[in-house]
Amino acid sequence: MLDIALQLGLSEAEFNRIVQILGREPNYTELGIFSVMWSEHCSYKSSSIHLKRFPKSSDRIIAEPGIENAGALRLKDNWAVVFKVESHNHPSAIEPFQGAATGVGGILRDIFCMGAYPIACLNSLRFGELDNPVVKHLFDGVVRGIASYGNCFGVPTVNGEVYFEPSYTGNPIVNVMAVGLVQIDKMISAKAKGPGNPVVYIGSSTGRDGIHGASFASFELSDTSDKDRPSVQIGDPFTEKILLEATQEIAMRNLAIGMQDMGAAGLTSSSAELAAKGSVGIELDLDKVPLRETGMTPYKIMLSESQERMLLITEKKNLSEIESILKKWDLNYAVVGKVIKENVLRLLWHNEIVGEIPTNSLQAGDGAPIYNLPQAKPILADDAQSEKCDDILDKINIKEVLPKLLGMPSIASKRWVYQQYDYQVGARTVMLPGNSDAAVLRIPETGQFLSISIDGNGAYCYLDPYIGAAIAVLEAARNVTATGARPIGITNCLNYGNPQKPEVMYQFSRGVDGISDACRALSIPVTGGNVSFYNESPKGAIFPTPTIGMVGLIENESYITPMAFQKPTDSIVILGETSKELEGSQIQKLLCGSYSGKPPEARIEEHNRIINFLIELIHEGKIHAAHDVSEGGIAISLSEMCINSICIGAEINLPNYLENAVYLFSESQGRFICEVSSDYVEDILQTANKKKIMCEKIGNTIDDPYLKINKQRFDIEELKEVYENSIKNTI
Amino acid sequence: MKAGVIVFPGSNCDKDTYRVLSNVIGAETRYLWHQDTQIDDLDLVVLPGGFSYGDYLRTGAIARFSPIMSSVKKFAANGGIVLGICNGFQMLLEARILPGVMIPNRSLRFICMQVYASVQRNDTCFTSLSNVGDVLEIPIAHFEGNFFAPNDILKDIEDNRQVVLRYSDAQGNVSDESNPNGSINNIAGLVNKAGNVLGMMPHPERSSEKILGSEYGRIIFESILHSILNSE
Repeated sequence: MLDIALQLGLSEAEFNRIVQILGREPNYTELGIFSVMWSEHCSYKSSSIHLKRFPKSSDRIIAEPGIENAGALRLKDNWAVVFKVESHNHPSAIEPFQGAATGVGGILRDIFCMGAYPIACLNSLRFGELDNPVVKHLFDGVVRGIASYGNCFGVPTVNGEVYFEPSYTGNPIVNVMAVGLVQIDKMISAKAKGPGNPVVYIGSSTGRDGIHGASFASFELSDTSDKDRPSVQIGDPFTEKILLEATQEIAMRNLAIGMQDMGAAGLTSSSAELAAKGSVGIELDLDKVPLRETGMTPYKIMLSESQERMLLITEKKNLSEIESILKKWDLNYAVVGKVIKENVLRLLWHNEIVGEIPTNSLQAGDGAPIYNLPQAKPILADDAQSEKCDDILDKINIKEVLPKLLGMPSIASKRWVYQQYDYQVGARTVMLPGNSDAAVLRIPETGQFLSISIDGNGAYCYLDPYIGAAIAVLEAARNVTATGARPIGITNCLNYGNPQKPEVMYQFSRGVDGISDACRALSIPVTGGNVSFYNESPKGAIFPTPTIGMVGLIENESYITPMAFQKPTDSIVILGETSKELEGSQIQKLLCGSYSGKPPEARIEEHNRIINFLIELIHEGKIHAAHDVSEGGIAISLSEMCINSICIGAEINLPNYLENAVYLFSESQGRFICEVSSDYVEDILQTANKKKIMCEKIGNTIDDPYLKINKQRFDIEELKEVYENSIKNTI
Repeated sequence: MKAGVIVFPGSNCDKDTYRVLSNVIGAETRYLWHQDTQIDDLDLVVLPGGFSYGDYLRTGAIARFSPIMSSVKKFAANGGIVLGICNGFQMLLEARILPGVMIPNRSLRFICMQVYASVQRNDTCFTSLSNVGDVLEIPIAHFEGNFFAPNDILKDIEDNRQVVLRYSDAQGNVSDESNPNGSINNIAGLVNKAGNVLGMMPHPERSSEKILGSEYGRIIFESILHSILNSE
């Protein structure tokens, strides 16, 4: 058995631990169950010790982080927003369409198994450089996969980010976030309760697809990963849609005690987690499980990752009502077991017990292993920091460089992508993609609006994993603030390399600290998240890439703020301080070919003050447009505000305390460009001064389709041409 | 006005359409399950957008066998007003209530964007409040919205002035550049010969409220309401 355990990815020590827990050698089925539940993907065995450091408290929290399937924050009255982000990197690397599609499906189920109705999806995607044909194939497949699943299911994909860096060539990042709305008194827990209560299986029948998907996600990709294609599941968005509608009816009628989707590790994880969280046991009769094909063994039934399945705990008296709902929606279902008092997961097959495992031994952070792996500061980063790129400025000709920067696929418009997503279904999308820094959705149920953004920056994290992770949170906060929202919480997806490597573990641990410190400064909780390790291919590890999904709240329609310039003769002011911070920037990549040095300072405390100040100004009605300054610096932000406007230009006079190119391309953090009515400028400058916030006027909007920077003149139509068509032309 | 919005398994614009009809237009609105057959009391039946039955096999191809579709046929034959939006339009084609077929967009990609559609005639109950030549800025979101009909049927459609909306530019010029999906003759919406059944690919329910960025679509629903009130 030990050699099988090793084959399944367990260590010898882990095998011995299993023998100790069971008091005997496990059988093949039990071993399979342990191997998936103790995989990194399911057990968080290398990360949980660090994740404890996240700040988790907020008056709005209504779902215990880490216990329920997704984070939930109270909005008003009986309504809460539920949200979570998850990775599907490895499946997308070998089968981009289905990998990405089932990533969408999985995160949606995490939302609606809580009784929430999904109202939006976002995604964060990272690939190698776009001139590589394999990258084109992956990029195109992933976008089609997300579109195919989300559009058919009927959830709008409202926002996202796409970056292209060589470090992601062999291992793309596909992180999908889903957001839902729930009535708090209708929320369904992920806990099983009440011995004797039936366990109901709902949805697609179980096939052989995706067996060991969770384990597959817990190894590095290799040249032979292609053979793991059968580990990738196949998505069926139509079944997911009717599964949603049926479970909503069940939730609205309060018929469920607990519900859990069968995601990674399928029936195994859903039943074990429901039981462990509810401090009970579950007995499954595997003969009752609806099967897609004959000859499936208990091992395969338990480990299948067939999609669009749910496990529900209910009371016997509700069974007939549930049955009628499922029949109405033509869904497969079966009572496959019952809740039992003993804390074990017991499996019956042909009237024999074929497995019996204490449930807490399968539970992440409980009986499953927890490791505190060694850390070491990467030498790579040290090297990079010593290798400066100081002559960078001498090469800059603003007139030539700005259009080139705008055309870099990471910066250019993502219209080619979002035009393939239905971003309006649901009739909540108030700001269309490209019109604001974050998606804005109306919530007529409470009269409020949600602002949602997803952000990360691998290059900064590569140069400094702490600063980069903090900046990811702060950038997301800037994005939602620019739309007029106050940040209320984040979820995250932590994409890193192989945790067995001390350098990766160091990056991870510092990343957790960066996120924690930024969230504490903003007084917002981490409501949940996902860890994706082993993002390595034969070409090496990816840039450490924590992705932050942030939710902000807009209390009043009049606060909603666009990104594009709105009208001529307004003043253009910059909030926040610009200093010479060109390392790790897009201009450095453009001119030097790679990143080196130190990333910009995160300015964590400063962010909080500036964000509060901007919200104040927006509430006072003084801001006509606001846009955060991030990759590419002020030059790019100004260009975007012009390009997305209706023929409004800008006349800019750069301050002389920095070289022009430094001022334009520096990526100093904590800055916004704001369009304000000229009447308010003096007042705003004075108030900023009192609050010790750097604020300067740099120009005016003009009724002329040009971006004029000192003596340089850029035709906005020409900038737009580059910005809008760069990705389309490369593809 | 009494309106019904049909819910097929996989419909996903049903709630959006219901919301506009009841909250914006003020119609007495109810959902109709695809297995219902009692719709005689209604003034308007809407087949909403979405992916009925996942659009597996072919878009709208399975939904047309739903029990309610024979009632819709009868309802239309008796002069009842029927509006099919996006997937609903595709079903009306599959059910042969309207002529022609939908094939995948010429880009072979799903397209979600704001487009312009110019009103070709205002003597229908769907456009009675607009003027011929009015340009509606209205969103589309589909993979199979490339309308096609063979020459003889197309001639019939044009001879009978069945085209109500054509993709155009902001000024109302109908050209290949203003055609987002390859539809023959830029057809975005057409009626049956009697003029009481409209199928359209653009989504008026997504463009009926200012907060959502466009109100041009509301005129379709307002025209219907106007026609019904006038006929009572």
